[in-house]
Amino acid sequence: MEKRNLKKVDIIFDISECDYLAVLDKTILRDPDEVILDIIDSGLKGRGGAGFPTGLKWKFTKNEDSEIKYVICNADEGEPGTFKDREILDRVPEKVFTGMAICGFCIGAKEGYIYLRGEYNFLLEELKMKIDLFNKQIREKGLEFTIGIRSGSGAYICGEESALFESMEGYRGEPRNKPPYPTVAGYNWKPTVINNVETLVYVSMICRLGPDKFKELGTKDSRGSKVFSVSGDTPSAGIFELELGMPLNEFVEEFGDGDTKAVQVGGASGHCVPRKQFNETIIGFEGIPTGGSMMIFNSSRSMYNVLHDYLEFFTEESCGQCTPCRVGCQQLLKGIEAVKKGERKPAYLEELKKLALTMKVAAKCGLGQSVANPFNSIIDNFREEIIY
Amino acid sequence: MSHIKIQLKEAQVNQLKEVCRSFDNDPGELINVLHKAQGIFGYLPAEVQEVVARELQLPVAKVYGVVTFYSFFTMQPKGLHPISICMGTACYVRGAEKVLDEFRRILNINVGESTADGKFSISCLRCVGACGLAPVVTIGEKVYGRVSPDGVKDILREYEF
Repeated sequence: MEKRNLKKVDIIFDISECDYLAVLDKTILRDPDEVILDIIDSGLKGRGGAGFPTGLKWKFTKNEDSEIKYVICNADEGEPGTFKDREILDRVPEKVFTGMAICGFCIGAKEGYIYLRGEYNFLLEELKMKIDLFNKQIREKGLEFTIGIRSGSGAYICGEESALFESMEGYRGEPRNKPPYPTVAGYNWKPTVINNVETLVYVSMICRLGPDKFKELGTKDSRGSKVFSVSGDTPSAGIFELELGMPLNEFVEEFGDGDTKAVQVGGASGHCVPRKQFNETIIGFEGIPTGGSMMIFNSSRSMYNVLHDYLEFFTEESCGQCTPCRVGCQQLLKGIEAVKKGERKPAYLEELKKLALTMKVAAKCGLGQSVANPFNSIIDNFREEIIY
Repeated sequence: MSHIKIQLKEAQVNQLKEVCRSFDNDPGELINVLHKAQGIFGYLPAEVQEVVARELQLPVAKVYGVVTFYSFFTMQPKGLHPISICMGTACYVRGAEKVLDEFRRILNINVGESTADGKFSISCLRCVGACGLAPVVTIGEKVYGRVSPDGVKDILREYEF
């Protein structure tokens, strides 16, 4: 597998050449199809974690025949251990707006919305002011596109795209059945591009410097760099932009405290990687993809407590709509508690793993489907800590 | 829903109706109306939900469904200084539970309750997005990072406890 060495880069937060209006001027003179081809060519994949190719998403939405289309920036950053979008919206929001406007120009949308996580409401007033200014500036350029902002109300599930649309429309944030996908029927059941905050910043970078510049970093399957949120047992917690495709051991050498026993890659819904697998684990779409959360645990941490916390989290945040997720989360939590207390034999963990895999197949949305990631990786690698 | 009927102040009810009108009584604006309503009353008891339902011409059940779905909405009144302890994973493994226990012990209330004088209330959150500062506590708008059980008393003293 292709590998890259750990390398810190400075693209997202680079404000030295943050002349977003010049980027827009240059881009809106071009043919929208060509811009979309550039994005496809760059290999940019969604930075929220799922990694769908951004350019394709745009192309599908552009090809839909509809008077009304929308661009939505998903800023419902709720994955435990992730705090990069907050930092991006705080420090370089204009780059995000630019990405949205370029998207609107390409797909033929006149309205864009930022769905801001309710816990980040302290950013709201400042963002509104900057959005007003931006709207005015692009109107003067003759670009027919307006950005608005919507505030979430404290539900993790609303980061799931179709639940986010339901929430924006004023309902309970319960995910929809797919298909239809957002590119066909999203917000208000109209064709919609929904992108992560960070993805939109890379869009404006690609439009400024060209796809080749973006491709200089990363591997064949994971082009470019990515912003990581580092937390847990580390002397240097915070936000770091790193080249994709690095092996996990180099990451741990840089950020660990010398006693790292496991890294949870991708937050609660991600995978737990134990020390013995650090060398062979690549951070990227060919290895373990992540929305940016890197939580480091040292040997003083009980992995039972970690797993217990994740399961409590999922039990609480499951929207309750589909049975596999609603009941499955509760049973997994009760199950590990029973094993810990000795009310169930250790072999019961195998049954629980099967339940988690069933949820992966049967749950309606990403929340229920991904519970198996932390569950099975922690049970497989830290079985003794769960039992004793 | 609660058993005791609460008498809402007429001025506040009128204010709420005004809010609904400012959103054109559009049922699609339910969440925004509820945010404003909670701003007026401090919480969303059944009686407030009934007013909103009537104004937006929605079934009360629908309003109740939305109120109970989102954790930002509460049907219990909160304290003057609402204390929230983050139970996200990074905070949890760094000892948030011990911090919570200390708050509970000192204030002598449980999660979801308020002190008798209405000054403090305790609730738990799931990740405020400040994992680098774990464990995190917020009181009102103020964020406290790297809180230890020993530091709880000092924090409360800032609020004249």
